[in-house]
Amino acid sequence: MTTVETAIGTAKTMVLNMGPQHPSTHGVLRILLELDGETVVKAIPDLGYLHTGIEKSCEDKTYSQAITLTDRMDYLNPLGNNLVYCLAVEKLLGLEVPKRAQYIRVMMVELQRISSHLVWLGTHAIDLGAMTVFLYCFREREEILKIFELFAGQRMMTSYIRIGGLALDPPAGWRQAVERFLKMMPSRVDEYETLLTENRIWIGRTKGVGYISAEDAIALSMTGPTLRAAGVAYDNRKLFPYSSYQEFDFGVPTRTESDCYARYLVRVAEMRESLKIIRQALDKISNEGPIKAEAPGIIPPQREKMKTEMEALIYHFKIFTEGFSPAPGEAFVTVESPRGELGCFVASDGSPKPLRVHFRSPSYINLQALPKLIEGQLISDVIACIGTIDIVLGEVDR
Amino acid sequence: MTESSSKNANLVAECLRSWNPKAVVEVIEFRGETTIVVPRELLRATAERCREDAKLKYNLLTDATCVDRYPADPRFELNYHLVSIPRHEKVRLRVWLGGNDPVVDSLVPVWPGANWLEREIFDLFGIRFAGHPDLRRILLPDDWEGHPLRRDYPVEGFRDVPSTGELFKKSSTP
Repeated sequence: MTTVETAIGTAKTMVLNMGPQHPSTHGVLRILLELDGETVVKAIPDLGYLHTGIEKSCEDKTYSQAITLTDRMDYLNPLGNNLVYCLAVEKLLGLEVPKRAQYIRVMMVELQRISSHLVWLGTHAIDLGAMTVFLYCFREREEILKIFELFAGQRMMTSYIRIGGLALDPPAGWRQAVERFLKMMPSRVDEYETLLTENRIWIGRTKGVGYISAEDAIALSMTGPTLRAAGVAYDNRKLFPYSSYQEFDFGVPTRTESDCYARYLVRVAEMRESLKIIRQALDKISNEGPIKAEAPGIIPPQREKMKTEMEALIYHFKIFTEGFSPAPGEAFVTVESPRGELGCFVASDGSPKPLRVHFRSPSYINLQALPKLIEGQLISDVIACIGTIDIVLGEVDR
Repeated sequence: MTESSSKNANLVAECLRSWNPKAVVEVIEFRGETTIVVPRELLRATAERCREDAKLKYNLLTDATCVDRYPADPRFELNYHLVSIPRHEKVRLRVWLGGNDPVVDSLVPVWPGANWLEREIFDLFGIRFAGHPDLRRILLPDDWEGHPLRRDYPVEGFRDVPSTGELFKKSSTP
């Protein structure tokens, strides 16, 4: 743990200990700020307050059991975490997922992206003094969580995406629920924009604040909306398509100003693009069809088969007692999470438990640039800059 | 997809070999991913070459991680995942380190973003990075003993907890 003494500089400056229990740090992040009046001279982030050893725990679980742990990393994007882990294991196994399941996955993670951006927008705005936006955003997020509940029986930690497909077939009435949401949402996004985009206070607090050049952002391994607001159209969905994203027509919003305001505009534009993707996914998803790959010994068999076929019963027993063993090797998969490039590295040694599971969490790596964003700025801008990186501490510390 | 990936693997290996014949120990292709095994002493120079070479342009260090293959020797396998944003390609650089002296050159001079990635590996695996500007623990407390992601570190940790029998004895004695 960083001690206060390390940050103490000349007598002119004072050291302020911000966090770990500070509402604007969005969790338990501690930052040591060395201040000269109201100007930040030096900033040292101190993390680890939420470290739960998820990567180590994964090594002690079978491949399927580890899915529930991934939900709990980035708790605003559980489906995205499920997806990246399952894609990595599927790559390791060489498993092909049915198209219908791929489209449902796309629809679910795009809904998740909107819900995550809504939490970001609401909390970012409340940090900067705009209370109403928070209430509006959480109203719409509730609708998305209701859709998740309909699909998976769970609102947040759904574990809906499984190795080889999905946990359950979509329930009756799912199409109408998503349609209702799609009909309502565009006007709601307009509503947020009328509250903020031309709001003088909002512009004053965010425009020109937290600038980072595109070169610096790439050198610091930043990804996601922060990098796109610096003018680099780096989006895994376009560059390295997964789960059939190449079949969808959508834009990658970018800006060049690279300040907090530009990042706000990028994320709002992304919500609109996500709505487009969900609309297309809805048209692509057929009413009938498989949601799991055909892979005996890896994918649990259907209940009816277990009651009529001996092999299915044996496979079921083996999958849940012993697990399955992918061939030795490694796989690294990256997806575009709401916060940036979310990666999963899985190494197998040929046993039913992974040798190593590592998550490249965008929050952790983007947070690295925080000192660069705030040094030389005012202390009030620190709040804006933490908000604009959009960190989730569960994912930072894992 | 595999065809294009092996094309990329050949390109990377060729570029690196023409620069320094010793830079490429092995080229591994598995499930469409390319891994270039690099000798430990050439890691930083090779990484720099990957970034600067006009044909490669690997400008983004996306991830760095370690795999402990204990009890095999050399036990540590460091993996650096590079992305070329202009070329839409990925590659993995790999270095093997023995358990006695796990030191490797830091990549912070090449990519400042390597800073926290290397601190995480230092914290959880105990691998030291020569030339790192700020090599401290990042996720665990400073006074933590051991490196939990090593395979010889038990999942439940080294708990020094007395058994229930002993606890009972202690509480019953006046």
